[in-house]
Amino acid sequence: MDTALQLVALTLAAGTPLVFAALGELVTEKSGVLNLGVEGMMLVGAVASFAVAATTKSPWLGVAAGMAAAATVSVIFAVITLTLMANQVATGLALSLFGVGLSAFLGLDYVSVVIEGIQPLAIPGLSDLPFAGKLLFAHNPLVYLSLVLFALVHGFLYHTRAGLVLRAVGESPQSAHAIGYHVVAIRYLAVMFGGACSGLAGAYLAVAYTPLWVEGMTAGRGWIALALVVFATWKPWRALAGAYLFGGVTLAQFQAQALGLDLPSQFLSMLPYLATIAVLAVISRDATTIRLNAPASLGKPFHAGA
Amino acid sequence: MIGLEVRPEPSRLAGWLSPLAAAAATLLIGFVVFSLLGKDPLDAFHAFFVKPIDSVYGVSELLLKASPLMLIATGLAIGYRANVWNIGAEGQLLVGAIAGGGLALAFHDSSSPLLLPAMLAAGALGGMAWAAIPAFLRTRFNANEILVSLMLVYVAGHLLSWLVHGPWRDPEGFNFPQSKLFHDAALLPALILGTRVNVGLLVALAVVAAGYVFIRKSLLGFQMRVAGLAPAAANYAGISSRRTIWIGMLVGGACAGIAGIQEAAGPVGQLLPTLSPGYGFAAIIVAFVGRLHPIGIAFASLLLSLLYLGGESAQLNLGLPSAVTGLFQGTLLFCLLAADVFIHYRLRRARAVVPAQPSEAA
Repeated sequence: MDTALQLVALTLAAGTPLVFAALGELVTEKSGVLNLGVEGMMLVGAVASFAVAATTKSPWLGVAAGMAAAATVSVIFAVITLTLMANQVATGLALSLFGVGLSAFLGLDYVSVVIEGIQPLAIPGLSDLPFAGKLLFAHNPLVYLSLVLFALVHGFLYHTRAGLVLRAVGESPQSAHAIGYHVVAIRYLAVMFGGACSGLAGAYLAVAYTPLWVEGMTAGRGWIALALVVFATWKPWRALAGAYLFGGVTLAQFQAQALGLDLPSQFLSMLPYLATIAVLAVISRDATTIRLNAPASLGKPFHAGA
Repeated sequence: MIGLEVRPEPSRLAGWLSPLAAAAATLLIGFVVFSLLGKDPLDAFHAFFVKPIDSVYGVSELLLKASPLMLIATGLAIGYRANVWNIGAEGQLLVGAIAGGGLALAFHDSSSPLLLPAMLAAGALGGMAWAAIPAFLRTRFNANEILVSLMLVYVAGHLLSWLVHGPWRDPEGFNFPQSKLFHDAALLPALILGTRVNVGLLVALAVVAAGYVFIRKSLLGFQMRVAGLAPAAANYAGISSRRTIWIGMLVGGACAGIAGIQEAAGPVGQLLPTLSPGYGFAAIIVAFVGRLHPIGIAFASLLLSLLYLGGESAQLNLGLPSAVTGLFQGTLLFCLLAADVFIHYRLRRARAVVPAQPSEAA
């Protein structure tokens, strides 16, 4: 029983960065913007949060800094794709490459620095309950935050007027423009929200999950989050489920070692990437499902005309 | 108020000026960054952009690092022109190095003159095999080739890591994760004595020339350009989108694979986990800065190569981290994409856009 409980806790912990990043990208894509820069934004968020946490000794300030830094670099992407109407695929790639370079550059002084990270929060009283205590009430505070974020994103998209407007902008920017909405401004906000969420994902890795700064420490999680959005067919609850599924796959390498499986560690490390490829192939096989669920204007520049 | 207006025709002039403007803007940003870091910008510029190439050896290093970049970028450009987004060239490069390097290790004692050509062929096939995975999944399962090819970069990295940690590790290598050093027959001969630039440069230039002929002079190249510019028209004209994807992917994979084995059989001389300093990703920037045109790519590869050398030189001479290279690479691509707005749009004084009015811009 204890092992099972531990497994649940570890899966939640491993899936949480994917929850943050995938939900952020989902909102961005719902507005019709494809931002392939998630990996870069996560790294910027990770390095900024770690640097601030190491300097101020406050991991929470670090988290805020990580979100702000990633949202800031996402504005570069927004200016180039939304104001200057450049190709979103190429610009997203540029953002990823830029984020990798920028974070490596900024992080040099912080390699092998040790910080006090955000610790799991055992809610007094409740966490001592048998079974349910450990299962529900002893996680990292950021894990709870990711669930709150999920509820907020879901509620926003499907139960608020603003969410409806956002989805309308993603489905038909021309109509949204015609009835008086500022398409570009709304998309700016969606991109920045995605940036802040990616920053939060990076911050979680750097100041809570590991807590360390290592160059390229996101190890492709940003790209996996992008795949998750497709896997989720742009639905938040499926993104949440997918994130934990992949969190579980990441854990497989440790589990296999614990079970005494004699596979080289490199093969186990390949698993999350291979699983992503497999899942993408399975879910994309039905082109109609993808076409019906993807925001209709995804990736297309919008020019209002003057 | 200044607004943007769609040009009746895309401007070719703006297309060719944009890389120059982007390079200039990157320099300007570099100027600011160096100043912020407390370095004299002029000294820093000299160390970054002049010192690395002020000798014959420096120029030879410039050509050495430009070779894989122009090679990979030419292959990628053929795909990009057809809207086939292979961004996993780094993985295809590694698998090319593994395939060719495996041959070098298997025939370690051979001195046959056929070994080297066989290694290059194996490298190309390795890269193609790796690129065939996203091509297959895209054509058969509609899976996004961007994500699949990128995921495979990580898989290739782990594969190489396993090989040099395990079965292919040099028994006399003091437990370092590296293969045996290749024998002379498996190493690319130098072009200029006393430098590291080797016949790999000639291979790269030949590929650039072949890429030019393919894109500008061949029917297939024309069909692929049509598929990229006007997918509906291409479809109507009976140009198979599957074939376009397969060719775009395989050509990119072959070029990256050759670049990989040329690194292993050239400056590196063995298989290592750190075989490539991100050439597969930098080549994406080269392809865009070179306007997806082989001649442009040849020039752009020199610029990106200089950024690599400049980063090393800045580390030696200024005490700046060489990671500054990655920063410049990203900045250059951002500036280029921003400058590209003038290809399709021009500035004009506009009245304020009133969103409440329906626009016929649709």
